[in-house]
Amino acid sequence: MAIATTYALDFERPLIELERKIDELKALSQSGASDFTAEIARLEKKAKRLQSEIFSDLSRWQVVQLSRHPARPYFLDYVQHLFTDFFELEGDRRFAADAAIVGGFARFDGEPVLVIGHQKGRSTKENMQRNFGMPRPEGYRKAQRLMKLAERFRRPIFTFVDTPGAYPGLGAEERGQAEAIAVCLETMSGLTVPVITTVVGEGGSGGALAIGVGNRVLMLENSVYSVISPEGCASILWRDGSRADKAADAMKLTARDLHGFKIIDEVIPEPPGGAHRDPAKMAESVGKSLRKHLSQLKQLSPEALVDDRYRKFRAMGVFLDNA
Amino acid sequence: MAWFSKKQPRISRPEEDEARPSRMQGLWVKCEECSEIIYRPEIEKNLNVCPNCGHHMPWPARARLAAVLDPDSFEELDRELEPQDPLGFMDSKRYRDRLKATRKNLDEADAFISGLGRIEGTQVSVGCFLFEFMGGSMGSVVGEKVTRVFERARERNLPAIIFSASGGARMQEGIFSLMQMAKTSAAIARFREVRKPYISVLLHPTTGGVAASFSWLGDVILAEPKALIGFAGPRVIEQTIRQKLPEGFQRSEFLLDHGMIDAIVPRKELRQKLGQLLGLLA
Ligand SMILES: [Zn+2]
Repeated sequence: MAIATTYALDFERPLIELERKIDELKALSQSGASDFTAEIARLEKKAKRLQSEIFSDLSRWQVVQLSRHPARPYFLDYVQHLFTDFFELEGDRRFAADAAIVGGFARFDGEPVLVIGHQKGRSTKENMQRNFGMPRPEGYRKAQRLMKLAERFRRPIFTFVDTPGAYPGLGAEERGQAEAIAVCLETMSGLTVPVITTVVGEGGSGGALAIGVGNRVLMLENSVYSVISPEGCASILWRDGSRADKAADAMKLTARDLHGFKIIDEVIPEPPGGAHRDPAKMAESVGKSLRKHLSQLKQLSPEALVDDRYRKFRAMGVFLDNA
Repeated sequence: MAWFSKKQPRISRPEEDEARPSRMQGLWVKCEECSEIIYRPEIEKNLNVCPNCGHHMPWPARARLAAVLDPDSFEELDRELEPQDPLGFMDSKRYRDRLKATRKNLDEADAFISGLGRIEGTQVSVGCFLFEFMGGSMGSVVGEKVTRVFERARERNLPAIIFSASGGARMQEGIFSLMQMAKTSAAIARFREVRKPYISVLLHPTTGGVAASFSWLGDVILAEPKALIGFAGPRVIEQTIRQKLPEGFQRSEFLLDHGMIDAIVPRKELRQKLGQLLGLLA
């Protein structure tokens, strides 16, 4: 999954420039012009140090930026790496196809499963088609339909979350965006098959949670999950969307934060420099986690799976009970 | 204020209302809709509906429950639940302090009251949002109370009724607020087993994470006239599509037209209509 983009975040740039220099020297060495072996070794060491410097102490806002990195592996990249025999099913049987949520049956280690995920586009054209990964009600209704199918055929369900949020548009409202999300939540809570959710990028509010009611909820190290986008939070609190960095800190929205709150079950480490630097390795780690959790969940009866999921979400919330 | 039951320990009394900054302050009230100046007791007698134009003004939750439920039948439960500040959230004010001030101002611990009551003799598990408490936003306490409304209904084999008026999830409790959407919806999924109706009554306004979870999961969904109901707020939509929204967009009448709710019920008929539905379904 070579990602053809030269896009770099501000804080990635020094590293990327250094790596470019190393590549140039390597090319020169190979062409036999002169021998830069020592210099290359020195720079590679420096690059490694720089990388760990930058990435060992990321701010929450930097993590938000990584979670939205245009070169970050998306749902379909994971499908390609981890699943075989993928057959996409596009219809919601109600109104329209929604390419912002993709779903279909596939095999995981040979076993038939359902995979559903938000899908962002790589190009402008694809982003228009996929609405930047922001589903309309049709996407959620398709997800409901496929999850019920999976249940009927007793197929485990893997969902992949990566959306800025449900689309706040005219037609989406007319056709019941809120209802579509609500029914997803209820449907998922009652599923009698294993459901494993992985937040791979942006977990944007209700539009993310709608496919996120899993027995297990995992997050990639540099993914985020929040009740509102940092920009939205900042524009409400300070009437200034540009203070999103501050809002990100206030909301504590990173995988590590959520793991600390016991909202998620596991943080999946990313390759050095983030998932986009080594998508194949990233997918391998995700696959390992999915395998582990699926084998645990397969020990549970259908009723126990519903119970397990209910208890998990039932316990979420922090309040004082003076009774 | 005939609909205030005497047994309610925390009903707002007129002298408290005076101290509360609100449009309902003083003896005279100006209707937002028709600009008529109306004698306050006149409006209250009319369930906070403008006698001149029928505009439905905000109606305090306790007054609503007292008026819609059989006299003296409301038994409030889960009053012991108090919000916490799991994120240590701070904007211009600390969330902790905001809670304290709101509590002092309204004499309510959070944005939802719930318990058991009767409608025309039928016992119901019931809850109602307090929109005046931080915009009726849903944090952990509201989510827990809503969940308990459905758990209680399931345990006791009762119908459930929820009156929603909320801006959505409470930002100040971050991810915990978001997860209340899943928690409450899961509680409804379980409640469905007992084959009792859940009637959701949508009030002005109901949006965001509350609209997109238990509020839109009613077996029957009613709305008050002209209530604003939807997923995204009108401002967010306008910013996204870069155009003005058509008149009446996301209002009850619009939703009824689009098949998204079952009926619009004027406040005066609410008690009777709920009784009728319970008779047919419970
Ligand atoms: Zn009026």
